[in-house]
Amino acid sequence: MRDSIRIVRRGRIVEIDDIKPTETLLDYLRLRERATGTKEGCNEGDCGACTVVIGEWQDGRVAYRPVNSCIQFLGAMDGKEIVTVEDIAWPDGRLHPVQQAIVDAHGAQCGFCTPGIVMSLFALYHQEGREGPPPRDEIVTALAGNLCRCTGYRPIVDAALAAMAEPPADRFVEAMPQTAGLLQFLADGQDVFIGSNSAFFAAPASLSALAQLVMKYPEATLLAGGTDVGLRVTKGLRPISQVIHVGRVAALRQIEDVGDALILGAGVTYEDAASAFADLDPDLGELIRRLGSRQVRAVGTIGGNIANGSPIGDMPPALIALGATLELAHGEDGRALPLEDYFIAYGKQDRQPGEFVAGLLVPKLMSNQVFRAYKITKRFDEDISAVMGAFRFTIDDGVITEARIAFGGMAATPKRALSAEARLVGAQPGRAASWGAAIEALGEDYAPISDMRASAAYRMETAKALLAKALVECAGAPTSRTRVIGRREAPEAEVA
Amino acid sequence: MNAPESETSEAAVERAVHRSTPHDSAVLHVTGRAVYIDDMVEPTGTLHLAPGFCPDMARGRIRDIDLSRVRQAPGVVAVLTAADIPGRNDWSTSIGGDPIIAENEVEFWGEVLFCVVAETRDAARRATRLALFEGEAEPPVLTAEEAKAKGLRVLDDYGYGRGDVARSFASAQRRFDGVIRNGGQEHFYLEGQVALAIPGETGDMHVYSSTQHPSEVQHCVAHMLGVPNAMVTVEVRRMGGGFGGKESQASQWACLAALGARVTGRPCKLRLDRDDDMVMTGKRHDMTTAFSVAYDSSGKILAADIDFMARCGYSADLSGGVNDRTLFHADNAYFYPNVALKSERLKTNTVTNTAFRGFGGPQGILAAERIMDTLAIVTGIDPLEIRKRNFYGPGRDVTPYGQKVEDNILPELIADLERSCDYAKRRQECRAFNSKNRILRKGIALTPIKFGIAFTLTHLNQAGALVHVYADGSVHLNHGGTEMGQGLNTKVAQVAADAFGLPLERVRITATNTSKVPNTSATAASSGSDLNGMAALAACNEIKERMVAHLVSTTNAAPESVVFADGRVSHTGGSLSFADLAKSCYEGRVQLSAAGFYSTPKIHWDRQKAEGRPFLYFAYGAACAEVTIDTMTGEMKVDRVDILHDCGRSLNPAIDIGQIEGAFVQGMGWLTTEELVWDDKGRLATHAPSTYKIPTASDVPAIFNTRLWDGDNREETIHSSKAVGEPPLMLACSVFSAIFDAVASLKPGVVPPLDAPATPESIMRAVAFMRRSEA
Repeated sequence: MRDSIRIVRRGRIVEIDDIKPTETLLDYLRLRERATGTKEGCNEGDCGACTVVIGEWQDGRVAYRPVNSCIQFLGAMDGKEIVTVEDIAWPDGRLHPVQQAIVDAHGAQCGFCTPGIVMSLFALYHQEGREGPPPRDEIVTALAGNLCRCTGYRPIVDAALAAMAEPPADRFVEAMPQTAGLLQFLADGQDVFIGSNSAFFAAPASLSALAQLVMKYPEATLLAGGTDVGLRVTKGLRPISQVIHVGRVAALRQIEDVGDALILGAGVTYEDAASAFADLDPDLGELIRRLGSRQVRAVGTIGGNIANGSPIGDMPPALIALGATLELAHGEDGRALPLEDYFIAYGKQDRQPGEFVAGLLVPKLMSNQVFRAYKITKRFDEDISAVMGAFRFTIDDGVITEARIAFGGMAATPKRALSAEARLVGAQPGRAASWGAAIEALGEDYAPISDMRASAAYRMETAKALLAKALVECAGAPTSRTRVIGRREAPEAEVA
Repeated sequence: MNAPESETSEAAVERAVHRSTPHDSAVLHVTGRAVYIDDMVEPTGTLHLAPGFCPDMARGRIRDIDLSRVRQAPGVVAVLTAADIPGRNDWSTSIGGDPIIAENEVEFWGEVLFCVVAETRDAARRATRLALFEGEAEPPVLTAEEAKAKGLRVLDDYGYGRGDVARSFASAQRRFDGVIRNGGQEHFYLEGQVALAIPGETGDMHVYSSTQHPSEVQHCVAHMLGVPNAMVTVEVRRMGGGFGGKESQASQWACLAALGARVTGRPCKLRLDRDDDMVMTGKRHDMTTAFSVAYDSSGKILAADIDFMARCGYSADLSGGVNDRTLFHADNAYFYPNVALKSERLKTNTVTNTAFRGFGGPQGILAAERIMDTLAIVTGIDPLEIRKRNFYGPGRDVTPYGQKVEDNILPELIADLERSCDYAKRRQECRAFNSKNRILRKGIALTPIKFGIAFTLTHLNQAGALVHVYADGSVHLNHGGTEMGQGLNTKVAQVAADAFGLPLERVRITATNTSKVPNTSATAASSGSDLNGMAALAACNEIKERMVAHLVSTTNAAPESVVFADGRVSHTGGSLSFADLAKSCYEGRVQLSAAGFYSTPKIHWDRQKAEGRPFLYFAYGAACAEVTIDTMTGEMKVDRVDILHDCGRSLNPAIDIGQIEGAFVQGMGWLTTEELVWDDKGRLATHAPSTYKIPTASDVPAIFNTRLWDGDNREETIHSSKAVGEPPLMLACSVFSAIFDAVASLKPGVVPPLDAPATPESIMRAVAFMRRSEA
């Protein structure tokens, strides 16, 4: 057991033992280190001005990922390297290629978002396997979590292209062997517990230690990626005094392909799950691409998105449509339940004291199954759904024999459309007349509310439109004729 | 004056102006070393403030606030209330009515009722939530329509016109009526409002404020403290964005910090949390605009009657000027032979709306463009052709407010853009796409802007600068403008470097400070470089004049022959370095410091009679946008944008292109994704970036071409350049018109009732209307 955390800063190990349970990484940087290059813009992980990069020893390499330091808890940084905007130029003052490119392209105006943008691009610069410039789409996706109000982004994208013309060659590449050594040294497998029984930050290193802690402190807040818990502190100002961080439990970060299904640990991040999900279906890959931002996907977990029970989480409807099963652990015991049954009511989930979300089993599509997912938002990237619809149709000889439909944003929980599902059985995607009743049945399945994202009427009409769109696409319409973004065909195959 | 000012004789020399010099702080920005107010090293003992408000009242009377739990909270040093204010409890910059801390009358949700001073910011924020309120809430008035029905106004209606509009309508055979609604807009400067006040001896106060208007912050703080202006100094090196939101609205936070410093005797910092910032500070005015238009068989407007109803919020703030500018731009680039314009400034129980890039102009131009789009549908003529037919031109060149349009370059500029963006061919392609697609629809639009440059309150058109030349030949530059990212300091430094013939790095840019240049105007109205560039040039020229006189008296130099270039001063008798001349001047007891001043010529405006010349000149531009919409969901993607914009002879093309692109994307956000929503209790529901969506990188089209128009400003401005801050924001009307065009394709002849912002829901409302309508 350790009663401190250890991080790598500027090539050295820094040990910190006086952390408060909910102290943020941003406050540590700005108030304790007085490293004020990292800015606070929104204090809720949406603007990216506070972006820093964390380095982790993963799969035999140092992986660099951007995070929003405003909602990351300092304690969760144990064992990681923290890189900030002050750190990346050469010691003799020469700018990092990303920094120089932004200067050359006139990519900073007021400059307040710039440190965050530099760090997001620094992470992209160190993307595994990058040799030359990534495609423009990847650059704008990497920047989705960095709001700039001055430039209109064009020069920033140009700077990214210029900075990444060559393979990585900066002081971090040079220091990689030392950094790798430090990070491996820090991975000591020790449980971390800082504080007292009434106020602590704990980061168990094993599943069994986690299970014991959750049973011992059933009221403690479970922290995974922190992209939701962080807001309870920075915006809700809630007095959270007991924090159990699950991020160091390696067993929770496993993805296993068992042939006809994927088994994911609850601590698998969106980023780590992205390619497995994209292989399952391109719409699932696009859904993850649009979920939050790179900063959110780098740490946010599939399990956390489920555990917090949000009615507008993006993954639950898709996973419910796919027929996913949730695994809950309680000490040495566990139980499994269909994911949709976990969501009981707004803010209420089927999780007993001492239990925690351990993992998820997601069946793959069979050859006679078609999957579609659509996310409707005011802004395409980094926005929360007004309506999110997911559909899995089993089609035999042109006739739907089974349908699973789930929506987010349409009820107090992610919820299946049982009436519409029933009425789709026997329908043919190619015959609109055969599914009209199913569309109307959505009116029985849901009674959405009006809020700042959309009116109830728009939500209902859009839910119907999305079901119709899914069916039209199943009948063969190319997505170049049905979608403005997230098309499934390669661009060259698009129909004019 | 014998120093060379000719633009042509020096053309061969490498000049500091008309060059794409990087922003002076570019390296500091990318390395995190640029210091914003919250980054400054805090003086020992600095306290932190957080304002508190009543969480469930948008309108009503507070009978009692119980602050005992607030005072007892950990770390709390003091709790400020209205009773602590020694002087004037009002941060208003216009007619009053903006309490720094309200006493008992609540006029909007978020009105500050007390302010906590604590050892840490976290402690201050937590303590604000412990207050208990007793009082009676009344139902808030939230919409302009409701305020109009109840006769609630922050200012009197205003309007003017020309010709006999009623007779024009009575005799015209063709007319239409319409309504367009536009939403407000949150500034979302990335650096929120912040101020740090440091108390001095004998009641002095030094305030660091993130403000576009240091002089006004100075005056507000002085009045609040009840001390003369001379006791208060306000300083700002840079802002992390302003966009109008730190013009009048920075004062309240600076006043609170200064009040905390006065009460505790310790340095006090107030940095608003983002949500508080969005709840408590004003935004762009949302408006409902009703119009009636009479036109002839060729599609030319005969008469226009336009009524703007603005939601101003609970007080006047800058609503007078903002709404006046709406009227000044209700014509955009078009000649209305007979016209009646009216503006209603309505009072609602929402935050007081304020300046935002464009300052009312965008709402006027949006209405003018909707009139053009409507005209195109009712006549069946291409929207671009309709626009051209209604442009100002010979014999049709007087605006509704009586200013003659003397510098119109739109016909040539539009023709250039029309060619370069291939408008005609792409319109055909959009038609062809739409004929083959049921779900997706394309739209295209090419729209112009004409934007008047000058503060319409004439006395604000003045500026000062302070320039020192040190004995080593280095130059200290100060002026009354503020740097918010727009590159003003870079441009003014270019002007100074050019004047002295020095490389840019010899000119040291310094923080804006009310003790160096007094009585300044806000850095606003796009006027920053026009005004401060000229003031700096005047100061430089005065110093040069003395240097030349010294040179002539100590050598045989012929005054006309003296040239300042490449770091040297040359004349018929030889040459020496600028530094050597500076040293020689010092030793010759010549003053090497000067204060420059500038006031804009020619302009005058009689608001009562609605006549005069409010603007020195107009800035022009045009943009062509192409979009695709999904008629099942209302989703929209901008496919391509081409811009051609007029900056006169640009002082810095790279900085100007940055202003154009940035303004365009900001305007696009206003008209598409950015939606402010208040609930029925008057609470702002979209008070954070999680719910209020400004454009991000993927919203900008991959094809985004921006060019500068090649031409001098015909008026005598700083090196023949034109102002650029605001005008290009309104180029984004092209996106809105393109969406309108895509929706209109669903049923030829029907006018889509598309309102802004064109969110998916707004687009679907218009689509549903089209589907219900008979062609």
